[in-house]
Amino acid sequence: MSHSHGDHEHHHAGGHQPEAPGDLEARALALQSLLVEKGILEPADVDRIIAAYEHDIGPMIGAHVVARAWNDTEYRRRLLADAPAAVRELGYQYPSSTHLVVLENRPGVHNLVVCTLCSCYPWAVLGLPPTWYKSAPYRSRAVSEPRAVLKEFGLELPEDTVVNVWDSSSDLRYMVLPERPAGTEGWSDEELAAIVSRDCMIGVALPRVPGAVAAR
Amino acid sequence: MNGIHDMGGMHGFGAVVVEKDEPVFHARWEGVVRALMNRTAGRYYHLDEFRHAIERMPPAEYIEAGYYERWLYALEELLVDTSLAQRGEDGPRPAVHARFAPGDRVRTRNLNPKGHTRLPRYVRGKRGVVRTVSGPFLLPDKNAHGVREWQPCYAVEFSARELWGEGAGERDRVCVDLWEAYLEEDE
Repeated sequence: MSHSHGDHEHHHAGGHQPEAPGDLEARALALQSLLVEKGILEPADVDRIIAAYEHDIGPMIGAHVVARAWNDTEYRRRLLADAPAAVRELGYQYPSSTHLVVLENRPGVHNLVVCTLCSCYPWAVLGLPPTWYKSAPYRSRAVSEPRAVLKEFGLELPEDTVVNVWDSSSDLRYMVLPERPAGTEGWSDEELAAIVSRDCMIGVALPRVPGAVAAR
Repeated sequence: MNGIHDMGGMHGFGAVVVEKDEPVFHARWEGVVRALMNRTAGRYYHLDEFRHAIERMPPAEYIEAGYYERWLYALEELLVDTSLAQRGEDGPRPAVHARFAPGDRVRTRNLNPKGHTRLPRYVRGKRGVVRTVSGPFLLPDKNAHGVREWQPCYAVEFSARELWGEGAGERDRVCVDLWEAYLEEDE
């Protein structure tokens, strides 16, 4: 692998051809080398950050927050008033660079999150976004035909339910607090968190109680 | 800028495709790009500059590129062959008077700047209602170009019919966070 700084000369020239994955890898590594040489980072930083996203930062954080809010009315109140503080209260980090707003689904009101301009996402509580969230179909259609998009995810809402779509265009990040499903009375935080998927917290799904567990 | 990135309401992209059991990164280089951005954003450039660098990708390239390819493009723009000067802190948020309050009826301005903006095309010249006030945040239209101006930001709710016409769902709404410079009173 060449680490010379000159190997980005093809960079951003006209006449674009689809880039081979190997070229992208070479460009990424060349940029890493440049920043290492300038003393801006160490290779170990890169491994550490990748490992954090692969193992530590993910939707289990948001699911824990949702479960706690379902089981503790006072926590729910604090979460809706100051979500970053409520996330930190459970022992997680929430960065100061963005704010978090939790959107409460209620009977007759459903919330859905998108970022039409780029792909803003509450990664501190949900991890990195899935490819579909960053895709042109989702970004273009979630604001103009949310019910058609939800149907593609298998979610058909009653006609009289209000659909609130939140286009994350500023420093605020949004996470949906779904309604607690029936049949979960007395469940622990851990049991509840297990039915709260990433998609529930984006708003393209609802928590479902698995039959076997519900029947216990 | 009225770029290809401003996708709200566009037609023709087809159905949302969900990848089953998607990994966090599809290849290690994507993680490298993510990590390089983490270590440099806020220190050598502001996120608004990063977003604007992505928006300046030629449209045909933007559409074809994957997410982390766009990021790589922007990082090269911002970090290669540049002075790599550290930018100063944003400083404490000043107290800024908010012109609008929850419940106020507003109309978005019909702005079409050639530079960066976070006013999507589909909400320009539309009537809405302020739901919440937040910020102040740096106005992206200036901040992406090196000028810091703190402004209140408002979650403005639009009815789907205001945005998309009679065919839209009667009970659907879209909330967009909009800086004060994007808004005027709706008489």
